[in-house]
Amino acid sequence: MPKINSPAELEKLRKGILSRRDPNKPCIAVCTGTGCLALGADKVVAALKEAIKKHGLEDKVDIKETGCPGFCERGTVVVIYPEEICYLQVQPEDAEEVISQTILAKKVINRLLYVDPTTSDHAVRESEIPFYKNQMRLIIGSNIKLDPKSIDDYLALDGYSALAKVLSQMTPEQVLEEVKKSNLRGRGGGGFPTGRKWEECRNAPGEVRYVIVNADEGDPGAFMDRALLEGNPHSVLEGLSIGAYAIGSHEGYVYVRQEYPLAIENVTIAIKQAEEYGFLGENILGSGFDFTVKVHRGAGAFVSGESSALMTALEGRVGEPRPKYIHTAVKGVRDSPSCLNNVETWANVPLIINKGADWFAQIGTEGSKGTKIFSLVGKVNNTGLVEVPMGITLRDVIYGVGGGIPGDKKFKAVQTGGPSGGCIPEEQLDMPVDFDELAKAGSMMGSGGMIVMDEDTCMVDVARYFLDFLSDESCGKCVPCREGIRQMLKVLTNISRGKGKEGDIELLEELSQVTKDASLCALGKTAANPVLSTLHYFRDEYEAHIKEKSCPAYVCKALISYYIDPEKCKACMICLRQCPTEAIAGGKNQIHVIDQEKCTKCGTCFEVCPSRFGAVRRISGEPVPPPIPEEARMIARESKEK
Amino acid sequence: MSEITLQIDGKQVQAREGMTVLEAAQSAGIFIPTLCHHEKLEPYGACRICTVEVEARGRTNLVAACLYPVEQNLVVRTRSEKVDKTRKMLLELMLAHAPDAAELQDLAQEYGVDKARFEKESSFCILCGLCVRYCAEVKKKNAIGFVDRGARREISFIPEIASKECWNCKECFPLCPTEALQAAFLLTKALTSPSPPSAPE
Repeated sequence: MPKINSPAELEKLRKGILSRRDPNKPCIAVCTGTGCLALGADKVVAALKEAIKKHGLEDKVDIKETGCPGFCERGTVVVIYPEEICYLQVQPEDAEEVISQTILAKKVINRLLYVDPTTSDHAVRESEIPFYKNQMRLIIGSNIKLDPKSIDDYLALDGYSALAKVLSQMTPEQVLEEVKKSNLRGRGGGGFPTGRKWEECRNAPGEVRYVIVNADEGDPGAFMDRALLEGNPHSVLEGLSIGAYAIGSHEGYVYVRQEYPLAIENVTIAIKQAEEYGFLGENILGSGFDFTVKVHRGAGAFVSGESSALMTALEGRVGEPRPKYIHTAVKGVRDSPSCLNNVETWANVPLIINKGADWFAQIGTEGSKGTKIFSLVGKVNNTGLVEVPMGITLRDVIYGVGGGIPGDKKFKAVQTGGPSGGCIPEEQLDMPVDFDELAKAGSMMGSGGMIVMDEDTCMVDVARYFLDFLSDESCGKCVPCREGIRQMLKVLTNISRGKGKEGDIELLEELSQVTKDASLCALGKTAANPVLSTLHYFRDEYEAHIKEKSCPAYVCKALISYYIDPEKCKACMICLRQCPTEAIAGGKNQIHVIDQEKCTKCGTCFEVCPSRFGAVRRISGEPVPPPIPEEARMIARESKEK
Repeated sequence: MSEITLQIDGKQVQAREGMTVLEAAQSAGIFIPTLCHHEKLEPYGACRICTVEVEARGRTNLVAACLYPVEQNLVVRTRSEKVDKTRKMLLELMLAHAPDAAELQDLAQEYGVDKARFEKESSFCILCGLCVRYCAEVKKKNAIGFVDRGARREISFIPEIASKECWNCKECFPLCPTEALQAAFLLTKALTSPSPPSAPE
């Protein structure tokens, strides 16, 4: 591949690629992102290839292994072009039918389509599925259209046109102004205005400047950066190159955690391809601008997502936050000005350049522009990655896109912003998704984790879970974070074990305040948010645990018991047989009784007791009734009596 | 070096650009407590006991005096209700690990720590890192380091280096505010120079 030396050559190349592609040639796109791979997408691809071979269609059908389109709940996702037929939960066994029916006979296979749970209607195309219909997929929408290992696929979708535009038609100052005007804010957590960060870095004194992609995504349940870097690495590299040009940087890094092997593989391939084509390296597109990118694999510490810790790790030292009252944009890697932005932030840049800041700024709210990708997980019907315009309400995300709560359960809270975020209750669901609104509600946008919780979730337990995570992931350097989290976790653990005492809530508040005020970095400063927000919205649950020794959601095992109502038990033996600890006494025609000493509170009996009997009860905050005497346990069954 | 005037506890203090609030206060004879700070070492900012209140551009913040750079017209309060409350809690948290450390005891008295609210977990170490940093920055030996992270973080001598370097140095011992260091060293020594297999009496 000869290097591309000018925007004109790039356009010629693009035309060449497009002219060799027949838009009407059937193409089967299979998601081979990490989620679908775990579900066996590679086997689906192999089976499809086999079937294509069997039918002798090697030259007539293309198969494309793509990145993640987001509907992970229904993987493996397959989209067939040009009709854009979307098949869900595709198994290797379906391959033959897909080829013989859909490709050859042009018939849609109904059983692989999305079925609306309420109307039972089938949705043929992606765009007809409510999960997709209610999104605005500017960034992640391309994932299913391209093979991340093919730069030609990216070029076919207008790739690197923004870089060409910037290098040939805009000065670095103009690029900076455009990004500032777009009001793009950092997608990694803090929501700092991207343009201002770039400007600060550009104006900082120093010979060398660095630009860095933060792909150290580590929030429990969050995977949007992985999907982008895996699925469309060139879009991130293009954004990074544009940023480098605006800032005056010639060296870039992609800091990606080692636990993301596919992202590392794909971005490494993408860098190599971009170098071959001349989108990276010296004299890019004949503009005189030089820029190279290296991949740095992180050891997978949550705290390394913090800017100064990430830069310390990049220098080869332990990823610990540096004492800083000076931004890393001014003094970062090796004390040089360093501009760190999240994967998603960089991926937004080509879009802003191509479509203009004004176009971008009309999407969203006053203070938050564009779209945001969320990992919608937890107790929600459609888990996966969703991209929505800023300003959409949480209710629309959870119910409109997410399809609501499974099993007719009641919504309780949504946790946004990962371990640094907070829990937002039902009454705030109409709040718009916006950096400032979420912060006002005691949570944060964070990098975009969104964990939906239903009525079976205990909020004390949720706070305890996040503090447990943070006590492992704090670097341990400063006292308020390390010790504050340690003590908050102890108090929360005690409360959930029924050892809560008067004054615990006040102690939690006091510890939260000091952790927030005195910690060295953002991890510590926000570590108390899960505690503070649950205390704010669900204080009654804390009080129930402490005062009544009761867990209203029946989660904290030390506070609950299972009890079989002798009036309702029909001695059907189901729970007795399934109890893993043989804690249930009884027999045929003998009312079953749980031995509370042996019971591990796994809840199996409660789940398996037939609903028409409903004999197993959960008890919390009150004593378990004594077992009925053995002589009274016989059930007289008239019909069966001899 | 340009001169900067700032106000600390109501007093006008002259400082040079690049100085920290702690240095400026010390030069003016104003006391700010420290535990992890040492003038021969790079600022570290871990114990946070030097937390002070600063007012700059209309905003009041709690910052670590050992790190915060002086700026013109900065207003610093080394004691305030909030500062004292923060220091008190930090002391309580550290005392759970090193209840007998004299330096902590003195500060505890000053800030009114009257009862132990946290369960004792006597590791004796408050992880100020003075030993680790002194060994790395001044002695350039790295015979002692931190292991693990978060709540499991601790100091540990590196046996291979410690067995060669430490016995004749021990310069870090007097730096330790809690005497945890000595215990850690004795343990390492026992591990690295095991007594010969005990012969029958």
